[in-house]
Amino acid sequence: MAAIPGRRFPRPWRSGEGLLVLPALLFYLAVYLYPLSRIAAWSLFERGFTLKFYRELLDEPMYFRALGNTLEISFLSTALCLLLGYPLAYLMATTSARARSALMVLVLIPFWTSILVRTFAWMVILGNNGMVNRTLMALGLTGAPVKLLFNMLGVQIGMVHVLLPFMVFPLFAVMSGIDPNILRVARSLGAAPRRAFRHVFLPLSLPGIAAGCVLVFLLAVGFYVTPALLGGPGQITLATMIEMQINTFLNWGFAASLGIVLLLVVGGIFAAFSTLLGIGRLTGEA
Amino acid sequence: MRNEMPAIGAEARRRRGAVVLRALAKRYANFAAVDGIDLELAAGEFVTLLGPSGSGKTTTLMMVAGFTPPSEGDILLEGRSVAALAPERRNIGVVFQNYALFPHMSVEQNVGFPLRMRNQPSRTIAEKVAGALRLVRLEGLGGRMPKQLSGGQQQRVAFARALVFDPDLLLMDEPLGALDKNLREQMQFELKRLHAELGVTILYVTHDQEEALTMSDRIALMNGGRIVQLGTAEDLYERPNSRFVAEFIGESNVIEGRLEDGAGFVAVGGARFPAPCQKAGDPTLMVVRPEKFSLAPPGTPGIPGVVAGLVYVGDFTRYLVDVEGGLRLIVKVQNRRTADRARDGERVALRLDPADARLLNA
Repeated sequence: MAAIPGRRFPRPWRSGEGLLVLPALLFYLAVYLYPLSRIAAWSLFERGFTLKFYRELLDEPMYFRALGNTLEISFLSTALCLLLGYPLAYLMATTSARARSALMVLVLIPFWTSILVRTFAWMVILGNNGMVNRTLMALGLTGAPVKLLFNMLGVQIGMVHVLLPFMVFPLFAVMSGIDPNILRVARSLGAAPRRAFRHVFLPLSLPGIAAGCVLVFLLAVGFYVTPALLGGPGQITLATMIEMQINTFLNWGFAASLGIVLLLVVGGIFAAFSTLLGIGRLTGEA
Repeated sequence: MRNEMPAIGAEARRRRGAVVLRALAKRYANFAAVDGIDLELAAGEFVTLLGPSGSGKTTTLMMVAGFTPPSEGDILLEGRSVAALAPERRNIGVVFQNYALFPHMSVEQNVGFPLRMRNQPSRTIAEKVAGALRLVRLEGLGGRMPKQLSGGQQQRVAFARALVFDPDLLLMDEPLGALDKNLREQMQFELKRLHAELGVTILYVTHDQEEALTMSDRIALMNGGRIVQLGTAEDLYERPNSRFVAEFIGESNVIEGRLEDGAGFVAVGGARFPAPCQKAGDPTLMVVRPEKFSLAPPGTPGIPGVVAGLVYVGDFTRYLVDVEGGLRLIVKVQNRRTADRARDGERVALRLDPADARLLNA
């Protein structure tokens, strides 16, 4: 509680920060930096240095559309996850211990099956002859099947379903760290519940919002299975394009250049985001 | 000092804030956290709820603040019932042990928060915030964030924030509990000064009896969800009404026995003590504070005993004295003259003024 900066407890043996981070660093060098450098190399070399993959990419508007689709799907998924996840995390952070563990299990259940299985399940449920449409028609709410698949709606249903836990957990972690006495004090100082929420709880939960959004957006950008299976022609993502280049055309160099472009665009978005909010918010030390 | 604080002092010094708790209770399925308490605070009074953990003192405070709905009873503030009002409509300041400052707001923003919530004009807010920070001697730190302040400074911010809107009542839940001993004593003094200057009614919760004894006008000693004794520090120390009070507040010799005609109080083991009244009958406990005894040479009038151990504490010495029937008594003697001191194993006579003994029904 006291304002003493620095370490919380002394390390039991003497060692520099460098030594402690070394194992993680080596791991990342081997499984991340090396392959990434190979991908960058594929996109730039084909019997000598060439920019032809990137030129090809710039010449064809289809790839821009795929990039746009990817970003649109990702932003929308992030926004929907926040919209659904915030109240859920708030409930988890403020309810009784028993209700909290029940909610926790419910949030985790989707993790127990593979994404592929879940995505196919959605196809069964949302299809023209699926459970949802049959119910709607039986109730007389609609005459013909509503189109729930192979469009943005289907993609978002499938993606939000998969990504929601990644929004809920960072939010919950930050929210459950907020001292309940702070909210009590806000009330006693004259803030009605809504104002206490807006002036105190919401700003204190911002690090959780930032962490959850970053996590969900990053996962959404790289999503392949769900948009590919539940989306239509309007939801062709860069990940789908990459898959096509490799599996269908065996064009590794071009696929690599698409990957690099995606990496740069996402990196740029985060650079802008963090200067806008301050990097502290993103790393959760607001 | 007085000319510095017209902004928040003027109204408060009118001495508002009479509080009445009437049969207040908080019952859960299988136990009562607060089991029906009655308590009246005069306007401007400093009353402490003292008790061991789990005695219901914090629950009582939470009910008065409006954070916990009472299951029974009523809370009156200046004669009107506030039991059904939301916390933000009670005009009560609250200070917690962990300060509960808003970490995302500067000191000024923290202190100005209650005024902003009351939609006061920004010029008024600035003036009152400056006045409140002067009052708690934090001038010039308004721009800091709470994290940049020491524990004592953070607690002062919490005081300023709870006082700046001129509340009818100030509730404090172990506000000094997180501070180290020296700082705590300094803040006790500060708090007394604020109380004297502002005349605000204070309901204070602590488990620290020394804090309660030195700061309060009156103390309500709580145990098991009830007030077991209500009175001044002197009432509780000199005239405890039960074994619990005698043992919780300070040190006590609690002696079991009975009153006998002409023989005073006879302990279970047979030792005889002078008693404040001579009527045989009901009382079965006698309470004697250790410093009420004095030591005299053996053979002189008094209760004969043997020193079974002693601890030299500087200004006084604590003796353990065994008397007839294996009864061991604690005796505290001021070290005024070296000649007065007894040695370990020495025979002594214990003197006791009957007026200093207290008889209780078990």
